[in-house]
Parts: sequence; C-alpha cells; structure tokens
Amino acid sequence: MRLKKSVGRRVFLVVNALLVALISVVCIYPILHILAVSFSSNEAAQGGMVNLLPVDFQLDAYEFVIGNAQFFTSFGVSVKRTLLGLVVNMTITILAAYPLSKTRDKFSGRNKYMWFFVFTMLFSGGLIPGYLIVNATGLIDTIWALVIPSAVPVYNIILLQNYIKGLPGEISESAYIDGAGEWSVLFRIILPLSKPVLATLVLFAAVAHWNSWFDGMIYMNRPQNYPLQTYLQTIVVQLNLKAVTNLSDVTNIAEQNSKAAQIIIAMLPILVVYPFLQKYFTKGIVLGSVKG
Amino acid sequence: MNKPARRAPQNTLASKRPGRGRFKRQLPLHVMILPAVVILLIYAYVPMLGTVIAFQNYTPAKGFVNSSFVGLENFRYLFSNPNFTNALKNTVIIAFWKMLTGLVVPLAFSLMLNEIGVSWFKRTSQTIVYLPYFVSWVLMAGIIVDIFSPTRGIVNSFLGLFGIDPIFFLGDNKWFRFVLILTNVWKEFGWGTIIYMASLSAIDPSLYEAAMMDGAGRVRQTLHVTLPGLMPTIVLLATLSLGNVLNAGFDQVYNLMSPVTMQSGDIIDTLVYRIGIENGQFSVATAAGLFKSAISCLFIVASYKLADKFAGYKIF
Repeated sequence: MRLKKSVGRRVFLVVNALLVALISVVCIYPILHILAVSFSSNEAAQGGMVNLLPVDFQLDAYEFVIGNAQFFTSFGVSVKRTLLGLVVNMTITILAAYPLSKTRDKFSGRNKYMWFFVFTMLFSGGLIPGYLIVNATGLIDTIWALVIPSAVPVYNIILLQNYIKGLPGEISESAYIDGAGEWSVLFRIILPLSKPVLATLVLFAAVAHWNSWFDGMIYMNRPQNYPLQTYLQTIVVQLNLKAVTNLSDVTNIAEQNSKAAQIIIAMLPILVVYPFLQKYFTKGIVLGSVKG
Repeated sequence: MNKPARRAPQNTLASKRPGRGRFKRQLPLHVMILPAVVILLIYAYVPMLGTVIAFQNYTPAKGFVNSSFVGLENFRYLFSNPNFTNALKNTVIIAFWKMLTGLVVPLAFSLMLNEIGVSWFKRTSQTIVYLPYFVSWVLMAGIIVDIFSPTRGIVNSFLGLFGIDPIFFLGDNKWFRFVLILTNVWKEFGWGTIIYMASLSAIDPSLYEAAMMDGAGRVRQTLHVTLPGLMPTIVLLATLSLGNVLNAGFDQVYNLMSPVTMQSGDIIDTLVYRIGIENGQFSVATAAGLFKSAISCLFIVASYKLADKFAGYKIF
C-alpha cells in the first residue's frame, strides 16, 4: 500500500478543510457580530460600521441594561420558571417513566397508559382550546401558566422509560426479594443507575424553559410577569419589524447596541454551560433519534 | 426458605385469579403515574374535546355548552378565504424546503467533517455549528434582523463589494421565504449533523480496511461503505420528517414576519394566532388549528409506520 497521499487527495483535503472552516465561520459570525455591536457605540452600530471588533469600545449598552428594571424583573421570572419548571418536569418524568418501563405483566395497565401518553404527541387540540383551558383553570398571569401546561414532557418520558428498560433486571429483582417496595427500588436503584441520561434530560428541560417565549406572550398580560425571552421578543423583534413595515429602518432610532447587549445576556447562560456540557447536549439529540 | 413472592406470574390464569391482590401490589405504580395522567387529562385531552368549538359559533360568554352549532360553516368560511388558502400554500412550500434542506445539508456537512483528520479542528467546528440549535428563535430573530438590514447589515455590505444594491431581505416578498429557509438551515443543521456524526462513528472500521484491501479509493469507500452505513439514518430522518408537512416553524416565522411579507410568509400557525388571540375569532381559529392537527396526525402516524417498516424504528 502506498503511504503517500496522491496529489488529488491532498488538494481535496485542503479544499474540504477550507470549506468546513468557512461554514463554521459563517455559523458563528452573526453571534460574534452581535457581541461586537454590544460593546460599540450606538452611532457605529447604526451606521453599520461594526464588524467583528467593537468600534468605539464602551460598556454603555451594558450599563443601560443594568439600569433597566424591566430587564431584571424578566430575568428573575425566567430564572424562577426554569428552576420551578425543571423540578416539576423531572419529578413527573421520573415518576411516569418508571411504571411505563415495566412489562405488561408487572404493571397491568402499562400499554393503555402508554397510548394515553403517545396520543398527545400525535394530536393536539391546538392553540385556542389550550388557551381557553389555561384561562379556565385560573393560571393566567401566574408563574404556573409557564410550568403546568408543559409539565409532562412525553418525549422525555419515553426516552427515560426506554433507558430504564435497558438496565439489567437482576438488581431490582434482588431488591424485591429483600422486601423493597417500588418506591425504594425507583429511588435507591433505578435513579442512581440512570444518572447519565437524567443529566441530559435535565439539561434539555432547562434549555427548553429558558428559551420558551410564546407561553409568556399569550398567558401573561402584565409586563412584570414576562419571562426574559418574551420581554426581548417585544423589544428586540417587534420594534425591528415595525421598522421593516415602514419600509426604511432609518426611522428606527432604538438603541442598537443595547438590544445587542440584551441578546447577549439572554444567551449567556447557554453560551457559558454549552462548551462544558456539549457531550450531554449532543447525547440528548442522539438519544432521541436512535432508539434509546 | 422464602421463595421470591413477586415473581412474574407464569401464566395468565394465575395472574387473573388474585386480581385484587395484584392491583394492590401494583398500586404504587399507578400512584406514580397519576400526576402525569391528571395533567395530560386537563391540559391535553380537555383541549382536544374543546375543538368542538370549531363546529360552533363560540362566544366566551356562552361557553361550550350554550354556543350554537354551525356544522362545517367555519371550515367553509376558511376555505373560501384567500388568507387561509395563501397561508396553507406558504406552509407547505416552506415546510417542504425545510424538510429537504434539513436532510441534505447535515448529510453533506457530516461527510465533509468526516474527512477531516485533525481532531481539534473537527471538534471546534462541531462545537460551533451545533451552537445555534440551542439558542431561541427570539434571539436569533433579533440577530437576523440586524445582519440582513439594508442600511447596516453585514449581508448587504458584503453584497455591496460585488456592486449589488442593498436588498431589503425581510421586507420583500421575493426574498422572504428564501431568508426563512436559509436562516433555518443556519439554526437547525447542527441537529442533523449530530445525528449523522453519531451514526458515522458507528460504522465498523474493518469495513473500510476491507474496502482498501480491495483497492477502493476514498470516493469508492464513501459510495460503498459510508453511504450504505448511513442509509438507515437517512431513511429514518426522511420518514420522520414527513410528520412536519404542515410545520413551517411558528417561532421563526412569527418573529421575522411583518405585514409587508405576510403574502409570502404567513403560515397556518401565524394565521391561527392572529385571528384567534389577536382578533378573538375563537371558532374560526380553532377550525384552522383543527385542520392542521388532523392532517398532521395522519402524516405523523404514516411517518411512524414507514419508519418502522423501513428503518425498524419504534417510538416505544
């Protein structure tokens, strides 16, 4: 076998590497650009002078955001909904996945329950009936509107029950012989063995809650109840689109750099944990696609 | 000696007899699953029943019970309404292009990544392209509006280098759908790439060695080892994506659309939101939503069936 690569192969490798590099740069460029804008003066941002490096480096935009009470209120709502939502989601996921992981002769209603869960993935009542029931149960303008309607992550439950099914059955069998009940088998044996997949599910539930904006928009009437993404939707997106409607965004006098700063801060929790937990981020996606 | 008391019953007769004892023994399992069942009943199944208002002239004052039934009137109204037919058309077009690009772009990119031998370069590139998937559409829309702006956007300054006049990408019906599909690729192709990379790493390396022994070059290795190895994943993603035939992506479209681009960008979901939540026409909006749910349900069931048949995939 020849160890030396042919000329054609070497040309291909170089071109391929350049293309991959180019695509990666195009992917990250907009995010770096908005980071640069957030550290630039508003005049430079408005004039389109900012590229990858800040122009007239300054922290004015961040000072403005820090002085913005609504931003902080919304940030607090987001933190609260994420923590609360995480606890509720994970409790429900664990408690539902364990019985569903049993075979039918160990848990007689198992298949009926399973269909009950899966059917909600196939068909939904849609926006309006969903809104009406949230309204009827008195959740409007409470934090629970952001937590309860999405409290049962059916897809995650299916992933977890698949994982539990794959665990060796002997360990729990011997626990039953020692007189352990279902609750202690779940908490003493199954959960410790499921740590890797639980980490992934926690991460996905947290990201979903942090990124969620639509429920805040329809279920919250008072701005002080908006989670961060909903608040940013009103200031970052709606204002920009108004400018588009006027067919010229010269009229858009809103502060570009402070918008950029708010986008960056809202993204920060994900930007900070992502590089360290990338393994779990990717695992969550693979888990969902290839049978877990 | 204590024999295990909780062994699985050996036959159905034995398991039928102590019915009450069995329920008592399994009671903890029913208790565990109860919270999820109750919440789904209230927030998933009651709304399904609530779709009855699609067949009514519903007003909140009268409620489900007292609102008068109008049969298929709301659906007739929808299908004679050019806004709805336009939204339906846009939905299918946008969803189709998103499905297609969602399959092809990640596949091409993972094959390219796979050829990269320098591991830090490969890893860095993966980290970067996966990132946008985890950022919300609200924030992405804020960025997109900025970079596609005709006055200060970097896209137009780049095109300006080639003497192209600024294009109002987000305010022009000729360009709007293109921007939707392009930015969707940007945000979402990391997801598909993750899946393809996982299945690439599962291909048995000895197959490549055997192919090399037979004198196959890199191109033939790709054609005869890599692609067949990826085929189950490609088929799986293709069939499962069928379920999205009416999912054009509310989060993205809603955050990028303006009245100017409604003609090319309005989709069923944004229409339902507008007429339902903003205009308070609950019955018409529910009818449009029910139409979407029903068609989607058929496609999702079909996609699961196909995925099971061609890729051996079962959701549970």
